[in-house]
Parts: sequence; structure tokens; C-alpha cells
Amino acid sequence: MPERTLMGGNIAISEGAILAGCQAYFGYPITPQNDLLENMARRMPEEGRVFLQTESELAAINMVYGAAAVGFRAMTSTSSPGFSLQQEGISYMSGAEMPAVIVNIMRAGPGLGNIGGAQGDYMQCTRGGGHGDYYLINLAPSSVQEMMDLTMLAFELADKYRNPVLVVADGFLGQVVEPVTIRERVKKLPEKKWAITGARGRPKNRINSFEMNPIDHPRRIKLLLDKFERMRINEVRYEALNTEDADIILVAYGSAARSSISAMKMARSKKLRVGLIRPITLFPFPYQPLADLAEKGCKFVVAEMSGGQMLEDVRIAVGNQNEIKLANTYGGVPLEADPIFEAIDLLM
Amino acid sequence: MTSMSKAEMDDYDNVIFARPDIMVDRPTHFCPGCGHGIIQRLVGEALQELDLLERAICIGSIGCTVTAYEYFKVDGMEAPHGRAPAVATAIKRCRPDLVPFAIQGDGDLASIGAAEIVHAAARGEKITIIFANNATYGMTGGQLAPTTLMNMYTASTPGGRNAEQSGYPIRMSEMLATLDGPAYIARVAVNNPANVRKAKKAVELAFRTQLAGLGFAMVEILSMCPINWRVEPEQAPQWMTDNMIPQFPLGEFKVLPGVAALRRGDRS
Repeated sequence: MPERTLMGGNIAISEGAILAGCQAYFGYPITPQNDLLENMARRMPEEGRVFLQTESELAAINMVYGAAAVGFRAMTSTSSPGFSLQQEGISYMSGAEMPAVIVNIMRAGPGLGNIGGAQGDYMQCTRGGGHGDYYLINLAPSSVQEMMDLTMLAFELADKYRNPVLVVADGFLGQVVEPVTIRERVKKLPEKKWAITGARGRPKNRINSFEMNPIDHPRRIKLLLDKFERMRINEVRYEALNTEDADIILVAYGSAARSSISAMKMARSKKLRVGLIRPITLFPFPYQPLADLAEKGCKFVVAEMSGGQMLEDVRIAVGNQNEIKLANTYGGVPLEADPIFEAIDLLM
Repeated sequence: MTSMSKAEMDDYDNVIFARPDIMVDRPTHFCPGCGHGIIQRLVGEALQELDLLERAICIGSIGCTVTAYEYFKVDGMEAPHGRAPAVATAIKRCRPDLVPFAIQGDGDLASIGAAEIVHAAARGEKITIIFANNATYGMTGGQLAPTTLMNMYTASTPGGRNAEQSGYPIRMSEMLATLDGPAYIARVAVNNPANVRKAKKAVELAFRTQLAGLGFAMVEILSMCPINWRVEPEQAPQWMTDNMIPQFPLGEFKVLPGVAALRRGDRS
């Protein structure tokens, strides 16, 4: 019987990382993800693995880059302002094709904002975030079990595509405590012939995002773009609930998806035909299932804890014909079921 | 048609100065009279003599050291601007058997990367830093650097550096030597043969400090940048003696007893 236990969201991410064979963790304190860093401070040395509290988020992401370069499964975790600081390093890692896992437990912005949970980094997360042509697979859990499971998946996808993978959740999810089934440990890690492990019995390996001959650079970027296209084709993940007969589709991820399920139940109890599409990957975004529902004439409610960022992706998917309402909060305020239900009501 | 005599042929084969085998046979991208080529070579000689082909990891940072790893046959990688000490830290922590080293310029190390170098030094990371200080941003065209001399003309200090506007040059070696983490910190120069010989010893000791697991090691190497100093290449070494060395005195600023013992081992 697999072990089942109560666990907080941030802790589940750190334990998922350990189960997935994360060999090195680097991080800097920032609320609301400190319990993740603190759990790693205790657990990584227990496992004989590398833990370092760094001088900044900049140092943390560049240590992840160095650890990834020697072939280690490596991770950092942070929250929104720290995630902004890490964009340069993430861009280098994507350019140099370095696999790693980055966790962003989002808080309210812009600027200092506040430490309440939010989803205001959606655009930054899903559009690469730093300079240049790149994307990261974004995995967005909405339960503590998914915090563990998607973190494990993140390591797998990072190695599969040789690209950083983002686990993105709001600060409320980080603090939720729920029962979790502990997964099996990953026993065998993939071989990485490209890693810089010393030029022993082979020509030297080189890890960079730069070609000395400028003619070579576009060719290199094309390879990256092809890779992102493969992600779009192969890695779209979402949950569809009650969509078959639905007139109205809620679209929400993370904490907002939990409230949306409550709002959907309220609506169904009033015989309103409401369904839910919950993107699990924010990049690649599930455009197609939303487009198919739009084709059937559905109306949409986007529920998110930001000024309306995922709304833009839903608009891209749905086009201009179908009505879309936004039910949202911002500034670190949880989104509850009532305003989502009200938005449903307005569409009826 | 004449042919060489045996004596002449023997003499021809008697190579007395060659590129270390660990260095790649390719032209560098450095400007005429630049000191970086000498620095690359000194590092290459140290890697060769310490037999580090299979263990060394060269980290190039941003600036004129950006392609440092292209000139060695060892594994290498590129760090973002100023972040080489963080990258090297992770490599060493993950794989203590490897020998990561970074070549960083003054803008990279003392300006944008000031936090990373201070904290790597303070933690006593067992890494080797080669710090090329030429008092300017060479790659971007000679702007004010954290090590630019007072009154020195740069592309971004058109009237010369003045304290009111730009403050004072930073002596990184002296500053880092106040920390407890470093094991070896020295400042050398490559502006004449005698200084090059001293520089070579310092570079080698900085690698041996890492190999012995003694702690953080940094060699600051004063390097010529005649193009941005606006002096002729052949005048740049003397310009360094006259202007740069008074501001950045040569010498050792931190030598832990274990490092001194390594050096004594040489003599015995």
C-alpha cells in the first residue's frame, strides 16, 4: 500500500522533487514559499544531496544552471519578485538547452505587491518571461497531490526536452494542507552525454547559448523553435468536467479552479449547464478544446486571480463570436465561488 | 636544391616554445596588444602542468572572456554577466572531483557580479577565479569600469573619471582578502616578462589551492587594453607600470598557511 499522509502544498513540491531524483536545490527566502526551501534544507542533506541557500535569486538560478550543466537534476523555488530576477538565467538555460525545474509560488504584484496568493505572473510564465525566443512548459497544479505529481513530471519533461520546466502555483495552494499519496521514487535517471563532466575519453563538451560564427545562430534558434512546436503538439494537458452538455464553460487553473468547481456545482444544482476546462499546462495552452467548445456555441467565464491575463489566451482560442466574462480578484485576494457564480448568472 | 644537414634538422625539431597541448590551435578574438591572450596562455600552461584536461571546467563570463572556453580542450560553459562564481559554485558542490575555474573581467566581477564574487569568497567555495582587470569595459568599447582610474578618459566619462560623478576605483583583491573564506588572493600583472613569470606562479598556485581543497582562490591579473586606453600596443605595458600599478599594487593579500605550505613544497 502506498503511504498516504497529510501534507502542505509547498512541502509536497519539495518531496515530489526528492522522489523525482532532484540532486541539487538552490534557493533564496521569499514568502510565500519559505517552507519549501526550509524543507529542502533539512531533507536534501538527509538524502546526501546538494542544498545551498544563496545570496539572491540571481545566484540561485545560475547555480541551477551550473548544476544542470554537470548533468544533475536541479531545482530552485521562488515567488513572483524573485521569479522576475531569475528571468535572465532562465533565458540562458533555455538557450543552452539545460533541463531544470523552477517553481514559482505566485504572490501579488506588480512591485512588492503583497504576500497574498495571486496569478498575476501568467504572461511572464507562459511567454518565456526573459529575453529572446523561448518558452517553458508550465505545469499548474490545483491540489496538493498535483503539487507532488506535477513536480515529478516537471523533471521528466525537463530532461525529455532539455529545457527548463516551470511549476506555477499561487500562494494559497502553497499553504493548503491535504491528504497526499506518496509516489514511488524514480530509481533510474537518464544518461546525459552532453553534460560537462570532464573531457575524459571524448572531445570536450561545451554548454552555451552563443555561436562565434553569427551564421550559425539562426540555425540554432530554429532547433529551439522546432522543439517548442513539439511541446505544443505533445504536451497539452487539461481537465474537462461536465463539458458535454454545457452551455457555459468555466476556464480556471490553480486555486481559482477549485472555486470554479464550487461555482459549477452551485450552477448545476440550479439546473444550469455549466462545465469546466482546467488547463494543467498553461504553456502549451489547451487552445483546441476551447475552440471546439466555442464552435458548439458555448459561452465562457474565465476565473483567475489577476487583472485578466489568461483571458487573453481564452480569447485567442475562442475567437470574437462567443461571449466571455471575467470573474477575478487581484492584489493577493482569494477568488471565491460566489463571484464566479455571479458571472455565470450574468451570461444566462 | 639544398637539403638540411642532420644537425640543422635536429635543431629544427628542438622546439623550445610552443602552444601547450591543452590549448586549441585557433586564432583568438583579442585585439592587438591585449593582455587576455597571455592570460589564456598562463591558464593553459597551468592546466597542462597540473594535468587537468579530464577534470577542469572552464567558465567564460561576459565581456572579453566570453569565449574563454573556446581556447581550451577542457569542458566549458558560458555564464551570464557576472554570474560565473555562482555557476562554478554549483559545479564544485555537485561534482567535487571537477576543477571549475572562471575567467572574469573587471566589469563582470567587480560591477554586475559584485554580489556573486563576494558570497562565493565568503563561503570559501573551492573554486579558482582568474580576474582580468584592464580598468575598462573592453568588449563594449571602453566605458567606465569599477576599476577605471581617477581622471582616466573612457567612452562614458568624456571629461575623465571624477569622484563627484563616478566615485572611486574598487580594489577587489584587498576587499575580498578581508573575508575569512578565501585561501589565496594575489594581484599580478602581465606587462613584462618578469611579471608574467610571477603571474604564472600565482595562477598555478590558485589551481593547486583548489586541488588541495583549501578554499576560494583568486588571482587578479592587470591586463593591457591599448585600444581603449588609447595608447599604442607597445606603449601599453609602460602605461600600466606608470598608471595602473600605483592604484592596484601587486602582491599577495591572502595566503592561508596551507597554501604557503604548497608553495614551500615547490622549493624543497
